[in-house]
Amino acid sequence: MSAHSDPASARPGRWQPAVTQDPILRKHGAQGNGPLGQPVSRIEGPLKVQGKARFAAEFPYEGLCYAALAFSTIARGRITTLDTAAAEAAPGVVLVMTHRNAPRMKAPSLMMSSPTAAGASELPVMQDDQIHWNGQPIAVVLAETQEQADHAASLVRAEYAALPAVTSFDDAKKTPRQLDNILGQPPVVEIGDAEAALKAAEVRVDQIYRTPRHNHNAIELHAATVAWTGDELRVHDASQLLDLTAGQLADIFGLEADKVRVSSPYVGGGFGGKCLWDHQILACAAARLAGRPVRIMLSREGVFRIVGGRTLTEQRVALGASADGRLDALIHTGIVAMTTHNSCPEQFTFPTRHLYAAKTVRLAQAVADMDMVANTFMRAPGESVGTFALECAIDELAEKLGLDPIELRRRIEPDKDPTSGKPFSSRHLIEAYEKGAARFGWDRRSPTPRQRRDGEWLIGMGCATATYPYHRFPGGAARIRLTAGGHVTVSTAVHDMGMGTATVQIQHVAARLGVPLGRVTFEYGDTTLPRGVIAGGSTQTASVGGAVIAATEVFVEELLKLAGNDSPLAGLSLADVETRDGGIGHRDDPARFESYESILRRSGRDELSCEADAPPPAEMEAFSMHSYGAQFCEVRVSEITGETRVSRFLGSFDAGRILNAKTATSQFKGGIIMGLGLALTEETNFDPRTGRIVNASLAEYHVPVQMDVPSIDILYTDIPDPQAPMGARGIGEIGITGVGAAVANAVYNATGKRIRDLPITLDKLM
Amino acid sequence: MNLFTYERASDASGAIDLARGNAAARYLGGGTNLVDLMRETVERPDMLVDVTGLPGGIEPRADGGLLIGAAATNTALAADPHVRTHYPLLARSILAGASAQIRNMATVGGNILQRTRCRYFYDTAAACNKRQPGSGCDARDGFNRYHAILGASPSCVATHPSDMCVALAALDAMVQLDGPGGARRLPLLDLHRLPGDRPDVETELKPGELITAVEIPPLPIARRSTYRKVRDRASYAFALVSVAAALDVDDGGMVREVRLALGGVAHKPWRASAAEAALKGRPATAESFRAAAEAELAAAAGLRDNAFKIELAKRTIVAVLTDLKGEDA
Repeated sequence: MSAHSDPASARPGRWQPAVTQDPILRKHGAQGNGPLGQPVSRIEGPLKVQGKARFAAEFPYEGLCYAALAFSTIARGRITTLDTAAAEAAPGVVLVMTHRNAPRMKAPSLMMSSPTAAGASELPVMQDDQIHWNGQPIAVVLAETQEQADHAASLVRAEYAALPAVTSFDDAKKTPRQLDNILGQPPVVEIGDAEAALKAAEVRVDQIYRTPRHNHNAIELHAATVAWTGDELRVHDASQLLDLTAGQLADIFGLEADKVRVSSPYVGGGFGGKCLWDHQILACAAARLAGRPVRIMLSREGVFRIVGGRTLTEQRVALGASADGRLDALIHTGIVAMTTHNSCPEQFTFPTRHLYAAKTVRLAQAVADMDMVANTFMRAPGESVGTFALECAIDELAEKLGLDPIELRRRIEPDKDPTSGKPFSSRHLIEAYEKGAARFGWDRRSPTPRQRRDGEWLIGMGCATATYPYHRFPGGAARIRLTAGGHVTVSTAVHDMGMGTATVQIQHVAARLGVPLGRVTFEYGDTTLPRGVIAGGSTQTASVGGAVIAATEVFVEELLKLAGNDSPLAGLSLADVETRDGGIGHRDDPARFESYESILRRSGRDELSCEADAPPPAEMEAFSMHSYGAQFCEVRVSEITGETRVSRFLGSFDAGRILNAKTATSQFKGGIIMGLGLALTEETNFDPRTGRIVNASLAEYHVPVQMDVPSIDILYTDIPDPQAPMGARGIGEIGITGVGAAVANAVYNATGKRIRDLPITLDKLM
Repeated sequence: MNLFTYERASDASGAIDLARGNAAARYLGGGTNLVDLMRETVERPDMLVDVTGLPGGIEPRADGGLLIGAAATNTALAADPHVRTHYPLLARSILAGASAQIRNMATVGGNILQRTRCRYFYDTAAACNKRQPGSGCDARDGFNRYHAILGASPSCVATHPSDMCVALAALDAMVQLDGPGGARRLPLLDLHRLPGDRPDVETELKPGELITAVEIPPLPIARRSTYRKVRDRASYAFALVSVAAALDVDDGGMVREVRLALGGVAHKPWRASAAEAALKGRPATAESFRAAAEAELAAAAGLRDNAFKIELAKRTIVAVLTDLKGEDA
């Protein structure tokens, strides 16, 4: 049998976000939460190391053909000649698709513009001769082998009538565009007259900080295997937004929503980049045209050409302070490059909205429209680069005030959210600083630069605040299925891009229902499952948590009904009981207990299946909910060459309860490593003459390599957030925040040079 | 990648016969650069002649020098005990390059003949006189951080990317060639060309010629030698500037002999002859080192992104010579 939740949600015993706590938090302490928090290894690890985990480009199909793309070489204009004859005549070619023969398709809708919108851009895909960015796909070649497709794609010849294109940021920013909102938040926040307060302040810092473009470089290239059966579309994708992708593809191809099935059990890195881009749409269109299944896997260059990255920013941070270290003025403004066909404004002012107490505040950000591939989300969009500017400025202010940078942060620690006025659900930033400082040996740092050296190497230490918001996305559901044998399967169409989703949810379900890990299965990664949330914004774990709490409530209520009057549970309601030891028991009476299996057996059931939607995220409205951290960095900078090497790093985080010590530590470390790239090496070379990315290769686009990464120490407060499911806030993105500033501040401490323009390359330090 | 045929040669004459008369044939070593260029359709050979089966031995010679078969892998050469003892700059230069996996594949002959990593050379949508003579040079006013500060021309500002060749240049290595016109020897320093107005012609190799071996003459002072590579990340990046050097200082503190070569600065491995001349017989002091570096870089010219390399090269030369002198003391 199965049961669904009813919409009435305020019944006693139910979790009411912002009003009651997740009941699992009551179990913390004396009774404990069993496997929750334990360093359980990834359950899919053995499959992956044996090569048995099947990724998007590894699904076999009868009659499969392989796709390759040809890309535009101008930034804006019109295709005047598109010669595909040589490509069509090349060995093994099945067909060449261009705007001339592509099926008619609706354009994607911008993500967040509707519940099924997943478009990274709202441009139509290969429907006309218009070129909107340098690198836009102009042809898809299908062939019997990948090599044949690649070869034929290189034979496609195009000529263009170019139009003037905006490919220089310096030009674009002369005509800034004001947005009416930044991801639903006001683009401008003003408290008092911050410019006047700045002028009047005893101590001032007023600087411009710049961060460059970055590109996504997950190990797994973007890929999809797609097949049509009549009007049914099957897509094996590498995705962090399954249900949105299915809905968007249905819309583009004019299909009923249930005719599109998308699955993505394993993803080799997401970081915001594994969303819906042109390649999946083109593969589906070409497969329909050819009447054959199609596999598309972008080349590394292809990922640079058609998948957006982090956009560049130019930020002003101005701080006015009293001599005793209180902020009179906090100003953070600036501009980023964007396009007219997407909406990713790189929300760099977001961290500044919640971090520090100031008497006056001015936050504002605008966009500069350019002709380029739609920029997109990339690990902590906004916070990663916003914390670089803000936290460097805080360090500069601390020096001017003659204060230790941690002491300054202690003095500007707010007692409520500084811009919204809401209470914090849980904030232990200063505690994170103190723990981190003690472990890192912060007391060995000289407040004066250039005081430590080892031969030619100057040594310095820096710190910076990390922060990332808590979000819980609405719209997710979860199903709990219990068999007579006592096995529990929880299902929801969510994602595991390598971060340990399935492992953590198994731990969660085992702890919540009081069953051993080995009796829990977590089904995910397929749109045939109950609707899931996206894996973005560090929201997935909390969002799944909300749905599983709701499903558990239905599950318990159904079991109580089935238990009937012959059970020790007779007469008890949801509010009276808790799940423990493989069954249901009275909260206060250990003797009143019956196991799940016993209830099913007595009621003659083979299984029980319950599904529920997560309650709306009211906690986000009532509280200011954020994760925090303190990043500590030690660098060595060659006085001769300017080379910077990070010699030690420590991240001390306050992210609520940690659900899996092992996977969480990996997430934090991964974020920090990506932050080291942001600080020191990563920069997309976007040629302003052509709008073309010049270093579209892992040889020339420098992500950190093993030798760039020191041993990284991770600490966390592990203090549960009373407002979050499981007490846990997301941890996928906070690791990268603050890293750029911690490195830059350490470089200053080593060398006496402030670098406000990332990446910190050696020429800037010579 | 275009269609091509693949042949495997077991000796030099067999390889030369296979490629004879075919301007579109290419000799294939480890393929770590050529295959990349074929994927980008920058190289479009219709035939590959695999020469990895040719001699790849590393043999000490009676005169104390070394004979290295062109098919020796970079890994084997860097690990060779004789090389590590007598020519540490060579072992260090190889280990500073690429990655372990690439070094396992790459051959000595292929390393010498690898082509520039200028991204405009790789991108067939860009103007590049080296790839398409007469089309222009997008690098000159574009992204040119990795480009030349010495010996460049209006046509081309590309650099030769090899680390190993910088050490070979310092060591006065000779290259043994074989081809349709017979065998000959050429100093490595004369093998690569400056770009001039023909950047597409990168070496003095004649059509069909093949590198069969590299000779390294004896050089006792090379026991105290080193290689320093300055780059944008700690590994797996091309040199912004690199320096290969050997130094011999007499009891009076005067430079008796010095070898100095630079990488990452020119279209070819750059022997710093002016610096060497300025140092010989001079006191081995920081002032002399700096003066020698100034002499070598006097003719250097910076571009939009790489002017810093002029000072970087000078500083790195001084640092390397200072280190070598310290070892000596």
